[in-house]
Amino acid sequence: MLSYIIRRLLSAIPTLFVIITIAFLMMKAAPGGPFDRERQLPPEIEANILKAYNLDKPVHEQYLSYLKNILQGDFGPSYKYLDFTVTDLILTGFPVSLELGLYAIGLAVFFGVTAGTLAALRQNSGFDYMIMGFAMTGIAVPNFVMAPLLTLVFGVYLSVLPVAGWGSGALSHKILPVIALALPQIAYIARLTRGSMVETLHANFIRTARAKGLREKIVVVRHALRGGLLPVVSYLGPATAAVVTGSVVIESIFDIPGIGRYFVNGALNRDYPVVMGVVVFYAILIILLNLVVDLLYSILDPRVKAE
Amino acid sequence: MTTPLRKTVTRLCMFITAIVLAGMVLAALPAFAGGTLRVANMGEPASLDPHKLSGTWENYIVGDMFVGLITEDPSAMPVPGVAKSWDVSGDGKTYTFNLRQSTWSDGTPLTAKDFVFSMRRILIPETAAEYASLLYIIQGAEAVNTGKAAPETLGVKALGDHTLEIILTGPAPYFLELLTHYTAYPVPRHIIKKHGKAWTKPENMVVNGPFKPTEWIPNTHVKLIKNNKYYDAGSVALDNLVFFTQEDRAAVQKRFRAGEIDVVKDFASDQIDWLRKNMPEETHIAPYMGVYYYAINSSRKPFTDKRIRLALSMAINREAIVDRVLKTGELAAYSFVPPGVAFYDTPAQVAWKDMPYGQRVKKAKALLKEAGYGPDNPLKFTLRYNTSENHKRVAVAVASMWKAVGVKAELFNLEVKAHYADLKQANFEVARAAWIADYNDAQNFLYLLETRTGPNNYGQYSNPEFDRLMLEAEQTPDLAKRAELMHAAEAIAMDDQPVIPIYHYVSKNLVAKNVVGFVDNPKDINRWRYISLK
Repeated sequence: MLSYIIRRLLSAIPTLFVIITIAFLMMKAAPGGPFDRERQLPPEIEANILKAYNLDKPVHEQYLSYLKNILQGDFGPSYKYLDFTVTDLILTGFPVSLELGLYAIGLAVFFGVTAGTLAALRQNSGFDYMIMGFAMTGIAVPNFVMAPLLTLVFGVYLSVLPVAGWGSGALSHKILPVIALALPQIAYIARLTRGSMVETLHANFIRTARAKGLREKIVVVRHALRGGLLPVVSYLGPATAAVVTGSVVIESIFDIPGIGRYFVNGALNRDYPVVMGVVVFYAILIILLNLVVDLLYSILDPRVKAE
Repeated sequence: MTTPLRKTVTRLCMFITAIVLAGMVLAALPAFAGGTLRVANMGEPASLDPHKLSGTWENYIVGDMFVGLITEDPSAMPVPGVAKSWDVSGDGKTYTFNLRQSTWSDGTPLTAKDFVFSMRRILIPETAAEYASLLYIIQGAEAVNTGKAAPETLGVKALGDHTLEIILTGPAPYFLELLTHYTAYPVPRHIIKKHGKAWTKPENMVVNGPFKPTEWIPNTHVKLIKNNKYYDAGSVALDNLVFFTQEDRAAVQKRFRAGEIDVVKDFASDQIDWLRKNMPEETHIAPYMGVYYYAINSSRKPFTDKRIRLALSMAINREAIVDRVLKTGELAAYSFVPPGVAFYDTPAQVAWKDMPYGQRVKKAKALLKEAGYGPDNPLKFTLRYNTSENHKRVAVAVASMWKAVGVKAELFNLEVKAHYADLKQANFEVARAAWIADYNDAQNFLYLLETRTGPNNYGQYSNPEFDRLMLEAEQTPDLAKRAELMHAAEAIAMDDQPVIPIYHYVSKNLVAKNVVGFVDNPKDINRWRYISLK
């Protein structure tokens, strides 16, 4: 197992290198630069700025010095948030996104798996159709519709929760964003669970379990769920990575100091170091979470060996 | 169930219970109470270092952290700041300021040497200050900024601890007002020397203005508290200021409605009908020193032909755009300089301003025909704008007005960085642009059309007579004579029409009823030190 993990981590290095290279070149290929704006800079001032940020060098030299810096753990300064380095931004933003993301994924797994399992057990009943109807709506209604609706109802009309803001991390400020983040995930997980549970419940080993005279609860929880959860587990890897790295929509609407907005805004601002920093961070996270998923797989499914 | 799993499930259940409970128990508690003003500020500040800024929203924060030689009154008019009084030499080029006795927020005395240090610092190339060129009116500034001269050669000298001399390259009647701008703020020499780049961290920062920063969480808020060492601290009412940096205008408006925010800068225009109906008292709209225009690339055929530029401009029904498309009280623009600019009287408007629209359309068609375009051979080009709902609505309206005179404009939008990168290289035919004044003076608008201006003269307009008049105005100390020269220059530009002015901006703020002392003004600058809460 350990050698498997080490091998997987080593193979991540070339992957990361390719990601960095492609992201770097794509970023440089985008038209416009970090200092293009309504008010054009006089050429001498632009020269001062480009020099200060090392942007006056040819692209290959910039690339090499970037590689050298990240090997030393230095992601560089932000061009937009001048008083912060990229590392500062990621380190202050990530814990917030991680916290909200974990709550949301927790809620999503709890409600999604429960709803999906119950729907599978009463396949094609009214209950099943209702749950799947909700799930389809949850998947179809995008976040940027759901989140403002939630704030309008709970923040403006009912005045029971703050409309937005972080409030130094008070619980009341986390409720709406967590729900908004969790809803589409609940819906997706419910559908996945139902689908695979329906299949598993018809499998031979379930028939055997029932024939042995096991109680239905044990059949479902100990035998069926274990197999039925496999697609959910493999979905959870990328989904967790996506949710814990923040959502630009949710963070903008609720004014949350996470890292989700850095990716999109960084690209729009041509804030090269921020975009690169977030890409590298995101890539590492996905690689790690995929590894975790594969390890979980080997625990849940005895046919899969971590080798 | 294994133990860790059970723990996770227990925690999850606890969290869910907490959510339900909190939802029931919490009545929307305001995050701050008492003498705290909460401002929704349009965007995240790039920095709190006055030498590294370029946005209006940053000015709203640092403008109450630092006070320059001259500062603003409640309606943003220049009044004495750190300078108590000053003398101006006969040729209008030498200013001698007498500074008041005042200190930094750590108690260190503020002297003329701090101003010398600050002005040198913003100009040296290593600072890479985007706005340094604003100070080019000071003798030697441009040479220092371009690295051609040593910082010591700058025309700013401390003649004593409390006497400062500034020498200009020419008489500039707007100079005193320019000194209210953040590029001219003093920065603490002793703190910057000690902390270097990290001097803007709230724990290190030292200011000379009414408020000092205590907390800055990127992308959430900047919090300031009252600085009791400020020279006029006795007349400052607020204890705290919180600037929220949320950019989502719709969400900000909801927070305002829910009472979480007291002042919203620049609200979203698409809500105007609702706001006028439901929150008329809170909705503040006032003329603002900015112009929204279409730049025409005068260096590219067929736009080298003045008749075509005129025809395009005449065919636009500006009243229809401000009244039916924008609906937020913007002013139809027939001049490049907005009305109400200091020392300027009425701007020079286009000659055909009062011609009825129907007649203008006919004239536009005639001009196009003269230039060789007609129904069989329509004028075709691309109208570029940076991606935004408002710009799109204006462009669609303009294109349909042009269609009526037989001009086919294809709309093309790019996000803002790419748009302005193209404009910089004059890679466009007709393009949307805008200008918000840095200081209240016609020169700040008209210089955009001078040949020597370079990249900000997007359409590369060049008229020797215009340039000559502007240069002469720059060297004229007499205010009336100077205004006359600039007026003549603007008249030439309006006749040449290298830019199509469409409308003059308005400021759009939401101000809660309990906020006292908020004065609408053409600079849209409200210094918070004059504000109190009922």
